[in-house]
Amino acid sequence: MSLFLQYLAAGIATGSTFALVATGFVVIYRVTGVINFAQGVFAVLGGFLAYSLLHAGVAHGLAEGLAVAVTAAIGLAFGLVALGRRGTPPLASLIVTLGLAIFSYAVVITIWGDNPISYEGLSGLLAVGGVSMQRQYVLIVAAAVATFLALALFFGRTYLGMALTACSSDQRAARLMGIDVWRMGLLAFAVGGALGGLAGVLLTPLQPVEFDSDVGIAVNGFAAAIFGGLVRPATAFAGGLVLGVAEAMVAGYFRSSYETAIALAVMLGLMLWQASRRGPTEE
Amino acid sequence: MREGSEPLLEIHDLVVRYGVATALDGVDISVRRAEMVALVGPNGAGKTTLLDTVSGLVAAAAGRIQLRGRLAQVPEGRRLFPEMTVEDNLRLGAWRVRDRRVDPVYELFPHLAELRRRKAGSLSCGEQQMVAVGRALMGQPDLLAVDELSLGLAPQVVDMLAAHLQDLNRRSGMAILLVEQNARLALDICSRAYVIEAGRIALTGPSEQLRRSPEVQAAYLGGAYEE
Repeated sequence: MSLFLQYLAAGIATGSTFALVATGFVVIYRVTGVINFAQGVFAVLGGFLAYSLLHAGVAHGLAEGLAVAVTAAIGLAFGLVALGRRGTPPLASLIVTLGLAIFSYAVVITIWGDNPISYEGLSGLLAVGGVSMQRQYVLIVAAAVATFLALALFFGRTYLGMALTACSSDQRAARLMGIDVWRMGLLAFAVGGALGGLAGVLLTPLQPVEFDSDVGIAVNGFAAAIFGGLVRPATAFAGGLVLGVAEAMVAGYFRSSYETAIALAVMLGLMLWQASRRGPTEE
Repeated sequence: MREGSEPLLEIHDLVVRYGVATALDGVDISVRRAEMVALVGPNGAGKTTLLDTVSGLVAAAAGRIQLRGRLAQVPEGRRLFPEMTVEDNLRLGAWRVRDRRVDPVYELFPHLAELRRRKAGSLSCGEQQMVAVGRALMGQPDLLAVDELSLGLAPQVVDMLAAHLQDLNRRSGMAILLVEQNARLALDICSRAYVIEAGRIALTGPSEQLRRSPEVQAAYLGGAYEE
């Protein structure tokens, strides 16, 4: 039983990082209609940036915070390139994000080389209800939940957040209000960058990252986002947790090499179940 | 030059194309301050394209648009943000201006004050149209363009909304451009009108005169107009 709880705790922690990546996918997709294939790159860059800052002597907390801020700026830059001129079709932007993801491999290898990196997270164990778990797990879950609540407040309560929501609800109406949908798209990319970066700085102490770790991170994040139809952040968040727990159980009880495949099969099964409950779509 | 001596909106020889199709072909329209002007015509005549071009959503291929003030549009189909509350919808209407106080809209439509916390998507069509008009008013426009006020609404709701627009025009001097398929309504509440057909202005003049035009009667008023 205690083994099960330990796997559960590990799964919730990694699932929380998938949830952050998934939320990034959702925020960008809702506002711009673009599936950002470079979403996993933000996590990789977040991990590498925090690694470098920590090695340069920057204190924990500040290093991770700076890394997240830089990934937000990188997200903005990616948005500028991907969204291009006003009126660029989302499909064209999607292909550009794929190109940016591949380009980032060259950048990461040039700066940091092709070896995996990691760094110490919160060290030590914490006993909760007789189950001992890494403090880093608790940090990840707390950071993910706090971020999610902050995003809910931002989108639901602030004027800027409401404008972003308006863009995702009805772009034509938003433009009639005078809201610059293109600029809002850039802001969404910056938020997506920050969310990916945060996932990266939290995940790197648990799983070393290398230049191409973005694929695994993005696949998990995308699967979680799809769980919420790419538009519902709360469902995407739940999807991330389900995926993380499923992977931890598979890795714990069977074999770690099967974890992604089986977890994605679980996700596919859940989506089929969801679709069968909804019935056929009208279109 | 004194304010008011120039038209608020002047459109001259406007041409708009969607690919090879010409949506507007040499349209001339003007709206003076404090005036209520109707633009009537059948589906696909170019009414919404005209509004979208003035609003900057569609680019003109040729011609000139001069707008000496702020424009707000009540779009066809209302296009509220359904998952947001009535109040948040209204506040977003003030994106271009600093003043986000919603009380003036609640004074105009007291019923909306009761619905302020309701999701816009849960309201009746008439209530949604009130929110759409209120949201446009939040932009403090000099010219309010209303695209298909009556579409899908019960006659008594349309009458109520039309009375509100007339009242607004009389009290605040806000100019109104009413784009309508319902020519009877448009000619009743506006002093002047344009009839647009296949992207061109087919007729223009005082509503009174257009009401008596045999072409307008046959095409838009279902035969003879009754006082």
